[in-house]
Amino acid sequence: MDKKVFEGIKVLDFGWVIAGPLTLKYLADYGATVICLESTQHPDLLRTSAPFKENIPEVDNSGYFAYLAGNKYSITVDLKQCRGFEIAKKLVAWADVVADSHRPGVLESWGLDYEALKKINPSVILIRNSNQGQTGPAAQQPGLGNHINGLAGIVNMVGWPHQEPISMQVAYSDYVVPHFAAAVLIGALDYRRKTGKGQMLDISQLEVGLNLFSPNLIKYPGSKVDESLKGNSCDYAAPHGIFRCKGNDRWCAISVFTDEEWHDFCMAIGQPDLIKDAKFATVINRKNHENQLNELIEKWTSQYEPEEVMRLLQQAGVAAGIVENTKDLNEDTQLKERECFWTGEHPKLGRFSYLGQPSRLSKTPAMLYRNAPCLGEHTEYVCRELLGMSQDEFDACLMEGAFI
Amino acid sequence: MMATNRGLLGSYRVLDLTNENGYLCGEILAEMGADVIKIENPRGDSGRKIGPFYQQIPDREKSLYWFAYNLNKRGITLDIETEDGRQILSRLIKKADFLIESFHTGYLDSLGLSFDKIHEINPKIVMTSITPFGQTGPYKDYKGSDLVVMAMSGLMYITGDPDKAPLRISFPQAFLLASAHAAASSMIAHYYRESSGEGQHVDVSAQECVLWELANGIPLWQLNRIILKRAGSFLSGRWSDAKQRLLWQCKDGYVSFYILGGPSGIKTNIAIVKWMEEKGAAPEYLKKFNWNTLDMSKQTQEMQDRLEKPIGEFFMKFTKAELYAESAKRGIMLYPVCNAKDIQENTQLKARDYWVNVSHPELSTSITYPGVFARLSETPLTISRRAPLIGEHNLDIYEGEFGFSKSELGVLHQSGVI
Repeated sequence: MDKKVFEGIKVLDFGWVIAGPLTLKYLADYGATVICLESTQHPDLLRTSAPFKENIPEVDNSGYFAYLAGNKYSITVDLKQCRGFEIAKKLVAWADVVADSHRPGVLESWGLDYEALKKINPSVILIRNSNQGQTGPAAQQPGLGNHINGLAGIVNMVGWPHQEPISMQVAYSDYVVPHFAAAVLIGALDYRRKTGKGQMLDISQLEVGLNLFSPNLIKYPGSKVDESLKGNSCDYAAPHGIFRCKGNDRWCAISVFTDEEWHDFCMAIGQPDLIKDAKFATVINRKNHENQLNELIEKWTSQYEPEEVMRLLQQAGVAAGIVENTKDLNEDTQLKERECFWTGEHPKLGRFSYLGQPSRLSKTPAMLYRNAPCLGEHTEYVCRELLGMSQDEFDACLMEGAFI
Repeated sequence: MMATNRGLLGSYRVLDLTNENGYLCGEILAEMGADVIKIENPRGDSGRKIGPFYQQIPDREKSLYWFAYNLNKRGITLDIETEDGRQILSRLIKKADFLIESFHTGYLDSLGLSFDKIHEINPKIVMTSITPFGQTGPYKDYKGSDLVVMAMSGLMYITGDPDKAPLRISFPQAFLLASAHAAASSMIAHYYRESSGEGQHVDVSAQECVLWELANGIPLWQLNRIILKRAGSFLSGRWSDAKQRLLWQCKDGYVSFYILGGPSGIKTNIAIVKWMEEKGAAPEYLKKFNWNTLDMSKQTQEMQDRLEKPIGEFFMKFTKAELYAESAKRGIMLYPVCNAKDIQENTQLKARDYWVNVSHPELSTSITYPGVFARLSETPLTISRRAPLIGEHNLDIYEGEFGFSKSELGVLHQSGVI
């Protein structure tokens, strides 16, 4: 049996949607007990988001929720009901980490702000993920990841030169936060283990997101020049782009940086004469004639499937890769061999692939210990086993509507 | 008793052997207080060639890319391809807690510096390797630029216009995401080491890191056999075949906004129509529309377009700042599409004292950097020192700490080892 790094670490998650819960995936996948506190009246937004098994939009049928929520527990509690609120407080006392990703002010409205939590559990770690941080004039503005993409400058960095930007479909910044947030959360857990001290972590999705564009941001004040949209090109490399291949909407990425790679590229595509063509002999010339170069390459790529283009070029030492769609990803031999997705038998979804961890730790690998929870699946387990409530006490809470 | 607060990693040392594919990992640990020693080739790290440059002057000591992701680190030079270099590295490894690297797979092995060897030198060390596709599998030796990794992670296929080529983000992202993940995973190994005394190898795949961004795409294929496609600036594949506009033009730029059903969307939808009504810009059908009955799973494109058209026309009457200010007052989920200037002027960031000025004495200036990525009440993160110059801390570390004499350092310098 492999060792679980976070065996015995107890986490109560008041949060929802992506950035907050995905931060806790780092703990759950390495053995922590992570309890999602939900309610049937306000289920996690992802539980009501497609895709659904057989297109039936029920809370336990969402593949979106399940995909990200492996290894977690779910309890439904009505915080407005006094016994429900008492259970939440007991969970706070039980927890090492309490997590929140609601709009700043929501925890306060429940009477569960950091000061209140500390009274219940003096060494608690409270991690709060929010759009713009817990303080400041914009702290309480509502919004989702796709909105923060705009605010953090991500939308402005996607598009073709001299055209309007293109908004990505994905809530990009939501998936950036967890990496940064987990690093400090795990640090805080270690610090607590050594000193007994908890603390509060205030994480702003906007502030984290800006780290992905730092060089452009530090350039601006001195130059007053914003970075421009580049499409798929690179200032110092050509060819560098996405090329149409044989098939319906099939494409391959190719990037050539050095003269040596250019030489190898020309040989690989069976056009050694190109090496001698002065128009393309240097990187400056290749950049100056990039459109012509791209047309020429696409003539070649369009005869082959992207798998073949990738294979031929990679064998020659040139960076090339299929523009993978979600079907390709599910079938990608590299991802399969590395067991990038974790397979489970979900009670509603059936055989289901979960998102795994992008690292392999040689001594303490992450793995799927349990399926994503159905809504409230562990309510009784948590109350009886983890909080030690008697059957009578649990039944009384149930009768009084604490668990809706 | 800790005399001074040196952050979460104040007593730990990181050897940072990464190139531009891994700087951010060490940067994150450095902001957490670790003593990060950036080890670069005596010719200067490859990332120093990457722009933009300070005052647009291409120079190894003026790369803003280097500046941005090597804050707080100390810098030494070392050619690990020489025997002296490897011996010195072994001594450094003995006193280190983390080693981060982003060489192509097999390179360190070829120098006799495999994980097993490094682990033998220091059994407690956490070694983190960042590569395009990981240390194992059929693609492990494939070359992976940012573009190639972005393509192979699935993000590009769903980004861009349906009738054009898939599109990447104009600033390289894949290895920044991988590096941030590498920092978190290194911390997991660190946490384990602190209780077990055992170090281990952390093998990071950039492809798998970017894959996290794919959101509902993977389960959409698994459960419904639908391949998520490019949809321009629209959200697709969420609730029905109808697409929701994400990017809206206004007087002087663009805003991010979308019509969403359910409790999350209803407040915004009602508030935007109320605002339009006040300005006499709401058509009758929009005024009468019952948002409680909006079921996104039954929404057709025609219905969606009908709702979006007057809203789009309304936005054209305002600047993005006006739209944002009024939306904030009314609780509407609408945000400006910001450029570097907007971000610099963002009042929320200013109110939170986000930006940090870092002195660059040799440039006779200070540069304003994005601030720490998290606010910790007990062990704050810090940014205190600009990125190191080439070999800036050679004397401190080689002479001061490891006891090399000046004449030995002279030999090492002249033979190109440091």
